[in-house]
Amino acid sequence: MSLSRYFLGAAATLALSAGATFADPALIFDLGGKFDKSFNEAAFAGAERWKAETGGSYRELEMQSEAQREQALRRLAESGSNPIVMTGFAFGDVLNSVAPDYPDTKFAIIDMVVEQPNVKSVVFTEEQGSYLVGMMAAMASESGTVGFIGGMDIPLIRKFACGYAQGVKAANPDATVLSNMTGTTPAAWNDPVKGGELAKGQISQGADVIYAAAGGTGIGVLQAAADEDVLSIGVDSNQNHLHPGKVLTSMLKRVDNAVYDAFMAGEDLEPGIAVMDLGSEGVGYALDENNASLVTDEMKAAVDEAAAKIASGEITVHDYMSDETCPALSF
Amino acid sequence: MQRLPVWADVVLVPILSLLAAFLISALVILGIGGNPVEALQVMVTGALGSAYGWGYTLYYATNFMFTGLAVAVAFRASLFNIGGEGQAMLGGLGVALVCLAVDWPHWALALPAAMLGGAVFGAAWAAIPAWLQAKRGSHIVITTIMFNFIAASVLVYLLVNVLRPPGSMDPATARFPEGAGLPTLHDIPGLGGIFDRNTPANITLFLALACVGLVWLLLFRSRLGYEIRAFGKSEPAAVYAGISPVRITMIAMLISGGLSGLMAVNNVMGEAERLVLNSVEGAGFIGIAVALMGRNHPVGVMFAALLFGFLYQGGAELGLWTTIPLELRTVVQALVILFTGALDTMMRMGVERVFALFARRAA
Repeated sequence: MSLSRYFLGAAATLALSAGATFADPALIFDLGGKFDKSFNEAAFAGAERWKAETGGSYRELEMQSEAQREQALRRLAESGSNPIVMTGFAFGDVLNSVAPDYPDTKFAIIDMVVEQPNVKSVVFTEEQGSYLVGMMAAMASESGTVGFIGGMDIPLIRKFACGYAQGVKAANPDATVLSNMTGTTPAAWNDPVKGGELAKGQISQGADVIYAAAGGTGIGVLQAAADEDVLSIGVDSNQNHLHPGKVLTSMLKRVDNAVYDAFMAGEDLEPGIAVMDLGSEGVGYALDENNASLVTDEMKAAVDEAAAKIASGEITVHDYMSDETCPALSF
Repeated sequence: MQRLPVWADVVLVPILSLLAAFLISALVILGIGGNPVEALQVMVTGALGSAYGWGYTLYYATNFMFTGLAVAVAFRASLFNIGGEGQAMLGGLGVALVCLAVDWPHWALALPAAMLGGAVFGAAWAAIPAWLQAKRGSHIVITTIMFNFIAASVLVYLLVNVLRPPGSMDPATARFPEGAGLPTLHDIPGLGGIFDRNTPANITLFLALACVGLVWLLLFRSRLGYEIRAFGKSEPAAVYAGISPVRITMIAMLISGGLSGLMAVNNVMGEAERLVLNSVEGAGFIGIAVALMGRNHPVGVMFAALLFGFLYQGGAELGLWTTIPLELRTVVQALVILFTGALDTMMRMGVERVFALFARRAA
């Protein structure tokens, strides 16, 4: 009796201490790759910032195939990682079925809403940030034709395109917006060659500013634009440094902040839906020494004014995902 | 040169091949500054050390049993079916269509229907290359591998444009109804204590073991199996004995494709419970290595499938607990395939020479 109690006690202590030592946060990168210089890399930067500031350690996993998502989630939850942060809408369905199995683990998903009591869903108002860079594109364009190249053709990316087109039309109602998507599968997030070809196609149609919202594919778009001596706009991370003087700006989507905040909150991560918008600096545009010569004072003044109006609600940018239509662009 | 004793043929040679593969893998890991002993520990504990690990190892092994048997059956008829990947993809489509078509009241009803769906779709996908080989002489290796690409594109098209539920961004079908969910090994009385609640290994494992038995009966205890093997050994002799090459080619490939398609019962119906892109995860190709290592014998295939299940699950664990990059895990898996599959004869010749040496001394 006493012996069994002793063992039970020992087991409980062991379980508790095991829980304490293994409660590192974890980050899962979706297809497209950790070093895509864009979406996933922003998440990585946020995790690294947390690591540098707190001295903690975290676990990370890179997806190789669509079929691995559930195993990856379960494995991290089984190993006691908490909270578990994942990038990308594609985890939504899997998380919805895995989260209830681990009620004591907190999950955070970026770009998708999953309604479970232990899940924090972080979504961004990409249409607002895209609107701002759209205005800049229209003002920087000399030909009156600007381009958009998306990754996978999903409502989320159309939301980028739609916000961008609205910004372009706001600055120059006569401008033409060309729009292309790289593909229909997650492989489209990591196809720089095709991205470059699409960019060249748009340039031959007269586009002289091209916005890429395509993860790793965007590297090819920016490269092709720099090669052909036209301007490009990066996405998610600040990509201005990739081709200094050739990248007009980058639409910042602070995925790094979302990951950083989730890691900081640790096991006390607050479930629910967090909307990261212009007001909370969840989205924005990048200005640094690499593009200072490209952004005129007039451009900056106009964009900052629009940003203030969007934040105050004076301008509303239509969200494609709200009704799957776009007033400024047809797909 | 005299023949090897059976135990050396089926046990010693594969083990030596494996050891050679592991030795070179260890050198590779050392070369990048990793610790091979630690890596092996992680693989073993990750794949075999816990109920969770066992569950995944058996889950992958189930996949590889189906695709391994598929390759083995075709190989006995000297048809090199490397289209298992595409046939399993189409099998997944068949399973998904069956599961989504009806609101299944109970898995016991859904399982036979899904098996039929998977096997028919897989067999149908194998039938075209089989017919081209039998009637037109188009080489089956070329046509089956080409059909893998067509299958992948067909699936992308269907998942993106047809089967994706409205409002979803992910190219995947809707979830299957509750009643189509197969019991996992944890749900089976008596095994519940051994396997984890979240184990993906499900009753399809028993289906795979039954297929091992059935394929053995077919190949070695039936007239059709004899015809398949006779055709595989020598086509002119088979024709002389009155065996129709067209008929055997078609039947062997239909069985092979059907077995590949049955794999989808495990991964699509048993685990994911919906059809996603790339659901096969290369199992069709691993089936080739499994069949080669198992010497195209159903029992050998079963053991080789277990080994590859271990390698697959252990490899996944390596990525989680060590800093060994993914590319090198692929290198390790490739080395195992290279040694057990492609370089099998090299090892066998060496062993034969050693045995001949001993035999001479004994004499």
